[in-house]
Amino acid sequence: MRLNNYWLLVAPLLLLVMALYAWPVINILWLSVTEPQAGLQNYEKLFASSSLARILWTTLRVCLLTTFGAVLAGYLVAYMMAHLASGERSWMLTFVLVSFWVSVLVRAFAWLTLLGRNGLLNGALISSGLTDEPITFVRNELGVLIGMIHYMIPYAVLPLLANMQGLDGRVMSASRSLGAGPLVTFRRIYLPLTMPGIFAASILVFVISLGFYVTPAILGGGRVLMAAEYISVQVLVTLQWGTASMLATLMLGGVLALMFTLSRFMKLSEVFGAKA
Amino acid sequence: MPDPASSDGLTLKGLSKRFGSFEAVTDVCLDVRRGEFLTLLGPSGSGKTSLLMMIAGFLDPSDGDIALDGQSIIRLPAEKRNFGMVFQGYALFPHMSVWQNIAYPLEVRKQPRAQIQSRVQEMLDLVQLTEFSDRLPRQLSGGQQQRVALARALSFNPQILLLDEPLGALDKKLRTDVQEQLKDLHRRVGATFIYVTHDQEEALSMSDRVVIMNHGKVVQVGAPNDLYERPETVFAANFLGKSNFLRGSVTAANGQTLSCVVAGADVHHRCNGAAPGVGELVTLALRPEKIDVAPLGDAPLSNGLQGTVSSLTYYGSNFTVTTEVAGFGSVTAEVGAWRNPHRFETGQTVDLSWQEDATVLVSEGTES
Ligand SMILES: Nc1ncnc2c1ncn2[C@@H]1O[C@H](COP(=O)(O)OP(=O)(O)O)[C@@H](O)[C@H]1O
Ligand SMILES: [Mg+2]
Repeated sequence: MRLNNYWLLVAPLLLLVMALYAWPVINILWLSVTEPQAGLQNYEKLFASSSLARILWTTLRVCLLTTFGAVLAGYLVAYMMAHLASGERSWMLTFVLVSFWVSVLVRAFAWLTLLGRNGLLNGALISSGLTDEPITFVRNELGVLIGMIHYMIPYAVLPLLANMQGLDGRVMSASRSLGAGPLVTFRRIYLPLTMPGIFAASILVFVISLGFYVTPAILGGGRVLMAAEYISVQVLVTLQWGTASMLATLMLGGVLALMFTLSRFMKLSEVFGAKA
Repeated sequence: MPDPASSDGLTLKGLSKRFGSFEAVTDVCLDVRRGEFLTLLGPSGSGKTSLLMMIAGFLDPSDGDIALDGQSIIRLPAEKRNFGMVFQGYALFPHMSVWQNIAYPLEVRKQPRAQIQSRVQEMLDLVQLTEFSDRLPRQLSGGQQQRVALARALSFNPQILLLDEPLGALDKKLRTDVQEQLKDLHRRVGATFIYVTHDQEEALSMSDRVVIMNHGKVVQVGAPNDLYERPETVFAANFLGKSNFLRGSVTAANGQTLSCVVAGADVHHRCNGAAPGVGELVTLALRPEKIDVAPLGDAPLSNGLQGTVSSLTYYGSNFTVTTEVAGFGSVTAEVGAWRNPHRFETGQTVDLSWQEDATVLVSEGTES
């Protein structure tokens, strides 16, 4: 390809992106096969150490459950928003977006005070006589899931809402006029037509969940160790950069493999709302 | 007991729809006969879609009732009414093939597999789309999509088919072809067609009866030639075809023949209804093609005006002559191009004349 003037204009930015983004990633890949000495010994640990396998399994399980919960809740919220009058919809959108501005730390501690042993919810349950003992909502996997799903709902809502708003309502009316009741219309028309939104939301939520760090640390009470937290411990405390970069590489590879598999079934650019 | 005379077919009784304080449909009363091709014709925004959506069950009327064969269906949800509907823009299911689209209403009705197979095949033959049965809607042209929508809406044998501007997205040439096909389809399936359009030619060429609507109200109902030959209002005369309007006061009434003064000339009109009295102001509608245009003659005109040609527009089969009549305004006449021996030129003064029964007495009506 001939280098024209436009490329010259973009070149500085391209170099900047390379330097700030690609280079560290390459560096991580490199570290994972060179620290502490050259070889694949970091990757061998995966099979040798049962704790590493457990961490990866926990990460996968929590992220899948979070994805399921957040996309399900996000679907309901987006569905409601898509069918509101536009004035009310922009109000709801504001509320959804406001949650982006509240720090993840603040939110995790807010859940602690709500759901802890002496929290608001347990207080209410006990004083109303529904339970005698406080229920442990937090400092376990349930707590992590509650916190993560709550955090991820807005990320699920946005692609779903974009998908739903792009649908032609007449198609649903057509289904009704052809004799299908509301439930059949939802199952056979609405749900398939919102599948791209569900895919986009799921990928987004799953990938972001993989990197979760603060929420599991606080709401898991040390019992739910996920990959991101483990990596940070390796880097900051035990200084095992090799293991850390191996895990990071593994996760990056996993996400890319996921994208690749999905792209064989559908156009990813379409899923993320780009026009072909 | 429902009135037996009106219990057959679809009856709209005082149907109204308000959106907030805005009235989109006002007090529509209509009897739709079984098997007829009825067209709702009106300018955009006149409430045609709203009326159709109330019939289909997608819009709750603010007032009035809808009855099918004497039974009120106002409480029935859309899916229980069994009316076929072709939407503006077709509303095909984008994720289903042509075959699946047409089979959908049959599957929803839980018909046996073999029956669905044969019925879908029958519909595909009817609209001549057999070789496209595996395509997705977006792989079809506009005309083909329109036929899929028709086949889908007819596959479950509805008694009534509602069509909302189904030809709106097609180009003019295709539109005339599809008009023929639709008319033919109507004859073959025998269902009642309620057809919405804002295109007067479409309405005239296809319908058994036309309902002219404006501002949410029914202006006039009648067979196409009735409406064209005997419009009752200025709006109807102007919306269905073109018209000149002669306004003057009645100077003499001789039986059914009125004389009035228009721009200083005597104009005669033969009424076929009650004649207005002497001194009353009347409006006469005059179709451009009913005016004879001739070079200025010597004899005074018995029924006509003199005008100066201000413009000529050629349309192939005919052309329009626009003339300025002193003290009145412009009068447009249409002349068949092939039998025009005179070469009119702008600035030329011509005689405009017409038969006494060419004019129609219309009411002004503030809006409808
Ligand atoms: N859902 C609605 N809310 C408010 N106004 C509406 C709604 N639907 C239609 N209208 C108004 O009602 C009038 C008639 O609309 P419509 O029935 O679509 O007319 P047509 O199909 O003859 O063009 C229009 O002025 C339109 O703006
Ligand atoms: Mg309309």
